[in-house]
Amino acid sequence: MAYQLTINGQTLELDVDGDMPLLWAVRDHLNYTGSKFGCGVAQCGACTMQIDGVATRTCVLPVSSAVGKNITTIEGLQSPQARAVQAAWVELQVPQCGYCQSGQVMSATALLESNSAPTDADIDAAMSGNICRCGTYSRIRAGIHMAAAQLKSNGGAA
Amino acid sequence: MNIQRLLNRTAPALNRRAFLKVSAGSAAGLMLGVNFGGLSAQAQSAAEAALEFNAFVSITPDNVVKVMIKHLEMGQGVYTGLATCIADELDADWAQVVCEHAPANTEKYANLLMGQQGTGGSTAIANSFMQMRQAGAAAKVMLVNAAAAQWGVPAGEIRVSRGVVSHGSHSASFGELAVAAAQQSAPDVAALTLKTPDQFTLIGRDDTLRKDTGKHDGTAIYTQDVKLPGMLTAVVAHPPRFGAKVKSFDATAALARAGVQRVFAIDTGVVVLARDYWSATKGRELLQVEWDDSAAETRSSSDILAHYRELVDTPGAVATSEGDVAATLSQSREVHELLFEFPYLAHAQMEPMNCVAKVDGNAAEMWYGCQSATGDQAAIAQLLGTGIENVKINTVFAGGGFGRRANPASDYVLEAVRIAREVQGTPVKLVWSREDDMRAGYYRPAYVHKLTAGVNVNGRPTAIQVRVAGQSIMEGTPLAAMMMVNGIDMTSVEGLSDLAYEIPEKQVELHSPATGVPVQWWRSVGHTHTAFSKEVFIDVLARKAGQDPVAYRLGLLRNNPRETAVLQLAAEKAGWGSTELPAGWGRGVAVHTSFGSTVAEIVDVSVQGTNFKVERVVAAIDCGIAVNPNVVRAQVESAIAYGLSAALADEVTLTGGNVDQDNFHTYRVLRMNAMPQVEVHIVPSTNAPSGVGEPGTPPIAPAVANALAAVTGQVLTRLPLKLG
Repeated sequence: MAYQLTINGQTLELDVDGDMPLLWAVRDHLNYTGSKFGCGVAQCGACTMQIDGVATRTCVLPVSSAVGKNITTIEGLQSPQARAVQAAWVELQVPQCGYCQSGQVMSATALLESNSAPTDADIDAAMSGNICRCGTYSRIRAGIHMAAAQLKSNGGAA
Repeated sequence: MNIQRLLNRTAPALNRRAFLKVSAGSAAGLMLGVNFGGLSAQAQSAAEAALEFNAFVSITPDNVVKVMIKHLEMGQGVYTGLATCIADELDADWAQVVCEHAPANTEKYANLLMGQQGTGGSTAIANSFMQMRQAGAAAKVMLVNAAAAQWGVPAGEIRVSRGVVSHGSHSASFGELAVAAAQQSAPDVAALTLKTPDQFTLIGRDDTLRKDTGKHDGTAIYTQDVKLPGMLTAVVAHPPRFGAKVKSFDATAALARAGVQRVFAIDTGVVVLARDYWSATKGRELLQVEWDDSAAETRSSSDILAHYRELVDTPGAVATSEGDVAATLSQSREVHELLFEFPYLAHAQMEPMNCVAKVDGNAAEMWYGCQSATGDQAAIAQLLGTGIENVKINTVFAGGGFGRRANPASDYVLEAVRIAREVQGTPVKLVWSREDDMRAGYYRPAYVHKLTAGVNVNGRPTAIQVRVAGQSIMEGTPLAAMMMVNGIDMTSVEGLSDLAYEIPEKQVELHSPATGVPVQWWRSVGHTHTAFSKEVFIDVLARKAGQDPVAYRLGLLRNNPRETAVLQLAAEKAGWGSTELPAGWGRGVAVHTSFGSTVAEIVDVSVQGTNFKVERVVAAIDCGIAVNPNVVRAQVESAIAYGLSAALADEVTLTGGNVDQDNFHTYRVLRMNAMPQVEVHIVPSTNAPSGVGEPGTPPIAPAVANALAAVTGQVLTRLPLKLG
């Protein structure tokens, strides 16, 4: 059936089964391919989007339950925290194969949006749901700290 | 145009209308479309206008240097490494360089160490270092000659620096000279004067940004992101057991599912072809398939390992023999023996296997993260009964590989072609779910080792016998001719057969029983297991001798200055023997040479009861010239994390032939909360570059085991490591 989704500030219509996970609706039908498929069972975090500001595993979220919510994909990230995270990712050359990194950036951004000065323990708690088989974890951790410091020095406006 | 601005962009401008407009166009337009314009649009226009200087270097009139990358970029940094070698000799500005995967063309793009186009064995930089530099230097000569002709000045007086060619008051960008320069005759490679290391401007620099961009903002394109007009998505119901075949199937319910277009059987299973992945997957759930298990592997992995334990009690094929080991062992005053066990391992790269194929008559066009261009191209051509010139391969970024994508049977690639040829002219994206990927086999083989050593009164080993039992990776593959010697798969014993430690007598024997479980190389191949048994065993010998593990190793490495230097650097940086550890902590060491490079790692662990955490890893590597030190460090960090995952948890088991693991909740890989602090130190060198992607993996598991032994006294000889 037809659904209206608010994605990256735009309202788009698509005609799919209501049980289709949001990830596949967005990737296969709305052509935003930045969010990745890694496991299909909310174990790896590659599919992470923000739903009303909350980092969410969209490979198990039915499209029908995303109606009326603000969906942000990696393509629509615009917050100061997101920009700081992405700048740190470039500065520290975090990605390797990069396949998990959209999800990593989404989770890191959500963390900084709710916690401006995360500790290592906060980072472990927020980021351990995002698997990286290239093992870029040390650089992700450093990137989050760098982004937090950058935001602090800019008074929160990166 | 402002390339720098485009390269620096961190957030893609969103213009969905423009995106959809290009998406509706040609295949090229679509590739462009899913890239959201930007850099790829730039690269696209550059590709059209580029003037080819040689197989690796093109320059556009608007001053973009386009580099063809003959290896697969799967995260290891080949875009950056190969481009650095070219740009340095070319004296290009790093910001003007863009990279593109080369097409399948063995003649132009062979791996010089393999004789075919392919990526693996940590050879990308090692085989390309001179070739890429020559390509850059040759293009520079052509630019200089064009400038000399235009300006009427001697070529020898012309200066080139950061993308600018100049002489006196004359100055021109590469782009301004490109048309004239491309018409210059290419210089003789033998006559080129390459830089000496002190003249390098980019090689060895730490601040060059990677060229595989778009990975922080979702714009990088992987196979999973390729979209073509009319494309269908395929999933395949594979048999639960290796070697089983389809006996019969009922597709009635699957075909009734909305979106499902076709269901049919191929060699490897039952295909469901649908308009999108979700429809295909739901259709597959509705299939009724009966499997023929008559040729299937039905054993459990525990049965297979039990068989291997029996095998190592019997003599095997001799891979290496020096001296009369049996006699020496029988006369030794003290003999130590350990049995080691290694499970099957899945690669579990983040992007599950997938491949886009379009077959039209006898022509095929492919889009995927192609790691073995020559092998895949030949296999596709053979399947279709056509020539390789009719098989076009477009290579995109791969979401990790760790060996899996270089499949000697081209398994997932041929599966895509088999499906695509059933729907002539329609592009098909084959997508494996994580479960498909994890259960598809091609694992790092399971092994059992038995190491026996006799030691003298000083605790030094006088003779060592090694028996290895486990499947051959190479047997039956096209690489067997190259990698097997007298029926012995050298990759099963590498690292032990060429033992670095000075032990007067040694014998390495191998049993290579066949099983029905498909196996394949996994990051660092044989060294994944040989480094473990070697380094845990040598640590045990050191402790039995009452000697410090680093000092004991150094005593056995007196004729090996390279391992000595690397081990000493790691020990010094880690504070070996000079820093006090907190209570309940232990420190362990391992050193190993693989793929031409030596890595030493020193690990600190903290132990609480039967739980432990790896707190810190200090690594040192000698990989010859570090073309991109930051990429080298990143690769060693990565290799450590990948090996640590296997040391702590990774394990594939079979019960009655069925794979027990299916996803990341049952195959438990390393996550952020278990990642230690990692430091990587690079030994300064002017030697030719050697491997970087893999050599960091072998030492980590034994270093962790040795650290655990140091604090608990328990010698763990089975992976993954579990304290009792």
